Amino acid sequence: MPSLTVIVQLGLVFAVFVLLMLSSAVMVYAERKIAAFIQQREGPNRVGPAGLLQPFADVIKLMFKEELRPGGADAVLFLMAPIISATAAFAAFAVVPFGAETTFFGLLDQPIKLQVADVNVAVLVVFAITSMSVYGIVLAGWSSNSKYSLLGGLRSASQMISYELPYGLALASVLVLANSLSLTDIVNRQDGYWFGFIPRWFVFVQPVGFLIYMIAGVAETNRAPFDFPEAEQELVAGYHTEYSSMAFAMFFLAEYINMVTVSAVATDLFLGGWHGPFLPASLGWIWFLIKISALLFFYIWMRWTLPRYRYDQLMQFGWKILLPLAVLNLLATAAGVMLLGA
Amino acid sequence: MGLELSFFYVFAAIAVVASALVIGQRRPVYSVMLLIASFAALAGLYILLDSPFVAVIQIIIYAGAILVLFLFVVMLLNAPTEAGPWERLAAGPRRSGIVLGAVLAVELGWALWHVPMTREPVGAGASGQTIESVRTIGQVLYTDYAFAFEVTSLLILVAMVGAVVLAKRHV
Repeated sequence: MPSLTVIVQLGLVFAVFVLLMLSSAVMVYAERKIAAFIQQREGPNRVGPAGLLQPFADVIKLMFKEELRPGGADAVLFLMAPIISATAAFAAFAVVPFGAETTFFGLLDQPIKLQVADVNVAVLVVFAITSMSVYGIVLAGWSSNSKYSLLGGLRSASQMISYELPYGLALASVLVLANSLSLTDIVNRQDGYWFGFIPRWFVFVQPVGFLIYMIAGVAETNRAPFDFPEAEQELVAGYHTEYSSMAFAMFFLAEYINMVTVSAVATDLFLGGWHGPFLPASLGWIWFLIKISALLFFYIWMRWTLPRYRYDQLMQFGWKILLPLAVLNLLATAAGVMLLGA
Repeated sequence: MGLELSFFYVFAAIAVVASALVIGQRRPVYSVMLLIASFAALAGLYILLDSPFVAVIQIIIYAGAILVLFLFVVMLLNAPTEAGPWERLAAGPRRSGIVLGAVLAVELGWALWHVPMTREPVGAGASGQTIESVRTIGQVLYTDYAFAFEVTSLLILVAMVGAVVLAKRHV
């Protein structure tokens, strides 16, 4: 007879999975609506009230589309690539905590953590899984046997390797500050206020780190203005040119879930996670949602405001500006922690 | 059989089979993918040894960074399916290859036979301190092994400079 805690834990796993799926539906709607407002259009407004059912119509359309595979494609890898992408996207969220310990209003004897798996090297696990997600894109590009796809795949490989370094160094500077690798510990370090009104969020100590993390995060999720693996004006649709139906939908899903994960990790690392004024600790996840939504809005806002970089500019910026800046930031943080004693 | 032991056998089997298939594979891209599977299984074994840090680093460095470069090169060269190495070889190298292979097999067998099969893992007392493992590794790396660490980083720097010089010869 499994105890109630085990059942609640399993329910939590299921809930996170469903919520991530739903978040991508919400993101699709939000993206199209916000894009429409930025371009002075109406956006989806036919399916359901205010077009709210549009994402579901999209999913149904994708499901009933024909699954196509180009003749010279490598069958096994062509099938595996979207699965790798989607799995990596879901897996990364498993170690992200999104609320304080709770007993669900006294339902449980032992409080449980609002987190699928509490790993004490959580930050590195997120980093490891994100670094694996490049394989989905690269293999999709290679196995499609199409020049657009191959170029998209190659670009994504070099782009993600280049921006992984500043991304990792930005993470490291937070680790130095927090003196821990566990995301829960890092969030709890940011509880409280300086001078009574400035929240103790790491973004105020690490503004450069936050900036580097966000820029590298955009590059890692292949979003505009760094959407070179797709770059529709140059590469048709890049790595997923040859994909259709649900295989394409999986790439789509992976992209949105990756955005959610990057925003969630940014919230935990820099924006104080579920800590915030006015709400009791048990409702901290509302703060978490608000912070994530703000970051996601920022993502969409940026995509529809900024034009795409040139590819050589992307590489120049990554290696000659962002990486040295990240190294300097880490050194400065370490020196600061040594001198001021954290 | 304990859960941990069965996990060990699963990971070990994946690691061994995938590694064997890496060599047996004629298509280079598949070799790279199988190598990733092998590294992932190895990371699983590190977790069973109570060192999640080493496991995660294994994934980040090897599976996440180095093999992406491998895949990048394989894709750029667009290497076709290799002809079997056996068919390409002349009679002379074949014969010496058989002899050398046999010698290596005997050596490996001898080594395996004489290795002490201890059941206790080395430094077993340190298990359970997983939270501290990162700190311990860092401290040991920068004190006891500082020289080896610095020399390795110097070697990598030399290799990097060498690669840049080779690539930019005509500038």
